[in-house]
Amino acid sequence: MKCTRCGGRAEIKLRQHNAAFCRDCYVPFIQRQVERSISKQKMIEPDEHVLVAVSGGKDSLALWDILIELGYQTTGLHLGLGIGEYSDRSTDTALAFAQQRGLQLINVSLRDEGLAVDEATAFTNRPACSACGTLKRYYFDKLALDRGFPVIATGHNLDDEAARLLGNVLHWQVEYLSRQHPVLQPTHEKFVRKVKPLYRTTEYESAAYCFFRKIDYVIEECPNSVGATQLTHKHVLNQLEAASPGSKLQFVQEFIDKAQPLLRDDAGDSPGTCENCGMPSYSELCARCRLVREVTAKRERKEARAS
Amino acid sequence: MQITILPERKQVELTGRRRVSDILSELGYLPGTAMVIRGDELIPEGEMVEADDEIEVRSVISGGL
Repeated sequence: MKCTRCGGRAEIKLRQHNAAFCRDCYVPFIQRQVERSISKQKMIEPDEHVLVAVSGGKDSLALWDILIELGYQTTGLHLGLGIGEYSDRSTDTALAFAQQRGLQLINVSLRDEGLAVDEATAFTNRPACSACGTLKRYYFDKLALDRGFPVIATGHNLDDEAARLLGNVLHWQVEYLSRQHPVLQPTHEKFVRKVKPLYRTTEYESAAYCFFRKIDYVIEECPNSVGATQLTHKHVLNQLEAASPGSKLQFVQEFIDKAQPLLRDDAGDSPGTCENCGMPSYSELCARCRLVREVTAKRERKEARAS
Repeated sequence: MQITILPERKQVELTGRRRVSDILSELGYLPGTAMVIRGDELIPEGEMVEADDEIEVRSVISGGL
């Protein structure tokens, strides 16, 4: 198989692009694709300093590397989630990536905050992914705000966005659909813009990018993702993709171009302010403060029983 | 051929020479859901893997929620 660009030996075939690449042509191809997404969706201004949410997985590390290669000013943000050894490995990997390249990385541990996902899940009846999502959203917003970043970039890829879109459509979650976009403009003075530069990049493409760029990433999956609905949606979408290459990209891009603008009026009210922490909230207390209250109460009850 | 499957760290052996797409299908992977790696190289779907090759099949799917 020959590289579509240079005629050399191809190492990767991208059926949705009807192209094959050697590694030397593939890396700039992906970088240009991401650059085009950023520019088309007006995600980041050239002079803006970007806070990149870095988990230690393939997508966020590929994203950070691509943004640097495209010349953006970046700082990484790693949130240690406190999900056993998996989180320890993720933190070590993110730190190693930053250290080897001399990059700035803000490293925050939920365990130090008394809110490790393992603990939050054990003390409450919430599913781990729900507690994890609440805490990630809160700390990404809070840290971006406190440190004065105008924009935060996350490594959500095409497969994530297609699976989320399928889930939202299956249940006709109109309000969620109205907010599903690669650029989320702030709806409160304490929110910053959130962008997803990899929304057109598949998981396979970001994994191959890391492989060719020799980026060491955490290959293991989060132990809490076993049986996750999102994986079922991804599987169904990959079956469609196998039968009709390009389906996932078309599903997401056509939604963004044609359907999403029609739904913007259904976005609901802007959030108010949390009485406890002052961050945006749709009720008196924000989701993170409600979680903290629940965990603290259950922890105190447990400690009282033990003594 | 000797196959290491990641992230499960499982070892599997298949006999004879095979096309990458056939290996993935035999192991239950849809196209585009796993990388097939030989040494330092990625092997594209249409190419052959020799009977005495050692390869790694690495899933690229991550999930949550």
